[in-house]
Amino acid sequence: MSKGMRAGEARYGWLFVSPAIIIIGVFLVAPIFLALYVSVSDWNGLGSPVGNSSFVGGENYQKVLIDEGLSRSDFGTAIRNNIYFVIFVVPTQTALALFLAVQVNRKVLRGRGFFRTAFYFPSVTSSIAITTIFLFLFTASGVVNSILRFFGINGPNWFKDPSGVIHNLLGAVGVTSAPAFLDVEGPLGISWWQWVSGPSTAMCAIIVLVVFTTSGTFMLLFLAALQNIGAEIDEAALMDGSGPFRKFFSVTLPMLKPTLFTVLTLGLIGTWQLFDQVYLTGGGGAPGKTLLTPAYLAFQSSFTDLNWGQGAAISFILFAIIVSLTLLQRVILRDRDTGKRAERNARKAEADLRTSAERDRARSDSLGTDTSIDQQKAGTR
Amino acid sequence: MNTKPWVAATLAVGLTATLAGCASGGDGGGSADGQELSVLIGSSGEAETAAVEAATSAWAEENDATVEVIVANDLNQQLSQGFAGDSAPDLFYMGWDQFATYGANRYLEPYAADLANADDFYPNLVDTFTYDDAFTCAPKDFSTLGLIINTDAWAAAGLTDADVPTDWDSLEAAATALTTDTQVGLSFGLEYARAGAFMNQAGGELISDDGETVTADTPENVAGLEYIQKLADAGVYMTPSALDAGWSGEALGLGKAAMVIEGPWIKGIDADFPDTNYAAYELPAGPGGQSTFTFSNCWGIPQGSETADAAASLVEFLTSDEQQMAAADAFGVIPSTESAAALYAAAYPENASFVESADYAVSPVNFAGSASAITDFNSQLESLIGGDAQSILESVQTSLQAALDESNAQ
Repeated sequence: MSKGMRAGEARYGWLFVSPAIIIIGVFLVAPIFLALYVSVSDWNGLGSPVGNSSFVGGENYQKVLIDEGLSRSDFGTAIRNNIYFVIFVVPTQTALALFLAVQVNRKVLRGRGFFRTAFYFPSVTSSIAITTIFLFLFTASGVVNSILRFFGINGPNWFKDPSGVIHNLLGAVGVTSAPAFLDVEGPLGISWWQWVSGPSTAMCAIIVLVVFTTSGTFMLLFLAALQNIGAEIDEAALMDGSGPFRKFFSVTLPMLKPTLFTVLTLGLIGTWQLFDQVYLTGGGGAPGKTLLTPAYLAFQSSFTDLNWGQGAAISFILFAIIVSLTLLQRVILRDRDTGKRAERNARKAEADLRTSAERDRARSDSLGTDTSIDQQKAGTR
Repeated sequence: MNTKPWVAATLAVGLTATLAGCASGGDGGGSADGQELSVLIGSSGEAETAAVEAATSAWAEENDATVEVIVANDLNQQLSQGFAGDSAPDLFYMGWDQFATYGANRYLEPYAADLANADDFYPNLVDTFTYDDAFTCAPKDFSTLGLIINTDAWAAAGLTDADVPTDWDSLEAAATALTTDTQVGLSFGLEYARAGAFMNQAGGELISDDGETVTADTPENVAGLEYIQKLADAGVYMTPSALDAGWSGEALGLGKAAMVIEGPWIKGIDADFPDTNYAAYELPAGPGGQSTFTFSNCWGIPQGSETADAAASLVEFLTSDEQQMAAADAFGVIPSTESAAALYAAAYPENASFVESADYAVSPVNFAGSASAITDFNSQLESLIGGDAQSILESVQTSLQAALDESNAQ
């Protein structure tokens, strides 16, 4: 490093960022490491974990993941519930958000501002308030069931009904109890029959609730991305003779890929942390533990059962699940314009370009994606 | 480059600040007089808060101390937070269901045996709040379960005082008589805290008397659950949720259930349903005799608290007959001492049955670590109607025995 005018620059740099580093260190990094320590300790919540507990190794993780017992089967139940929640919520909210964004982005739509506000409104309302309202809407004689009754459907007692949707469908075709091949113990101490139960009716109500509240947020992200797509691209697609559907799937959607990645990632992280709604419906995951989620289970183990180590262990397992799923999704949605595979694709595209005018348009899509690589990298850091 | 020491120094400052924050010391000590006490309560409403505030400030004035009453939104959570931060309240409400867990984790100061009025409490309440053979905390009040009957529906069905159920057969007969197109005879939440009373009435118990073995899957317990199934199959019993009510008190108020099983807190429906007339009776006896559950709170003091003496003196004041009757007048709880409970029964004859059943009432099973097994039992009971009582109890047997072994091994 050269001395002179720039001497000590690094030192001042550190000095100027130190407030941020201290705040992040104290409120983010240190608690995370403390929690990591708690997850391998026998801390019982009395006083600070430092000095009031001893190291027990992987015992807490073992109780949750390996040892036969309620700790494991509760965790298994929570994971099952949350998997179904994620499977139903993430695609639905993403699709709905994209649909809404495209609709309110149309220039011919009257009262666009009104619709944008209306769709975004649930996102800025407290989830507590919305859950409370949903609890009323979904009571046995609530609004939802009254509407269903108008159509001659006898609605279930939503938030009190622990029966799984897939179990109910199987029940409709006469399979009411576990067939022999499913009546064996599956992972985490609950039977395969329980694993395939599907979300409970109560969970379905929560799924509707969450899709309703979060679609607005993601609509906003999609809307911002849509407005970044210049009118000339639309016009070019139009000149090439593509209809609205073709234009959407071959031009607009590929250009939205970075945003799609962001939305899916945020969706995955958020849905795996389902807590508020479960806490509010009360009863520790009732009906029939079908609303139990890992986040709620961690809370319950810690604050009610005073098994702080187990609670922290559940949190870190949840953390591992979220990180690995996000990485997996990153691989799946990887941009195919970089790396060896991308080069192959590019060569192929070039060959196609010469042979077909139709392919020409596809090539322009991938060029469009090129421009947004930087954007994606910034978004995913 | 000399950045590394800077990084290290910055991190060190951060960590020290964190740990210092975690390890803040206790409040300054002193004599019993002139202390500042904080009292954390889980209040049922304005009336209870005002009554506790009035009682504690009366004590504070006498002892030249100050008492701050804090109403918790989520008592368990706030207590845990306080204990973890070394800033636990000096005195707090301790529910029966959390007591053993707190006791096992050495959260509680065993002070109750030294109180001047330690011998006045109901023996079964003393049992409930005894951990490791030490009478740990003084019961604040208690409630028992009773059979609450809508008297208008009772008269409309042509039933008289002679028909008040005293055993399972007459309960079924009354429930059948009271069931109409718009009203079900009997309703109560399908959970251990209700269904367990039927299991006990059938002569069963969840844990053997020596506290070593779980006896959940006995024929008596099965009989208790099957009796509920029988009533449900006959259409004379329904759960409150099936009646679209949040709890059975609401079902009673709405006129959807003619009889419910609840405690003295049933009084709470008066505000919402002023026109509902009801009367409370003791629970009918089963084949194994009479049985009901008692639920109680005690006044907890954190272990090793520097203000423990002052707090214990406050508890002695609060559990005096006079103060307990004041609390009963204000928000309807039953005093925890036998003498005050007798005064209460005389003053509130409509609740006398709750006091009478205290003689044979038992506390629901509770030991350190039992909570998750009982929660699991509760979630399985939701499928009791149309389900298999035997297999539910077998699963409870396994999970509760595992929890009990772990608790006894400690």
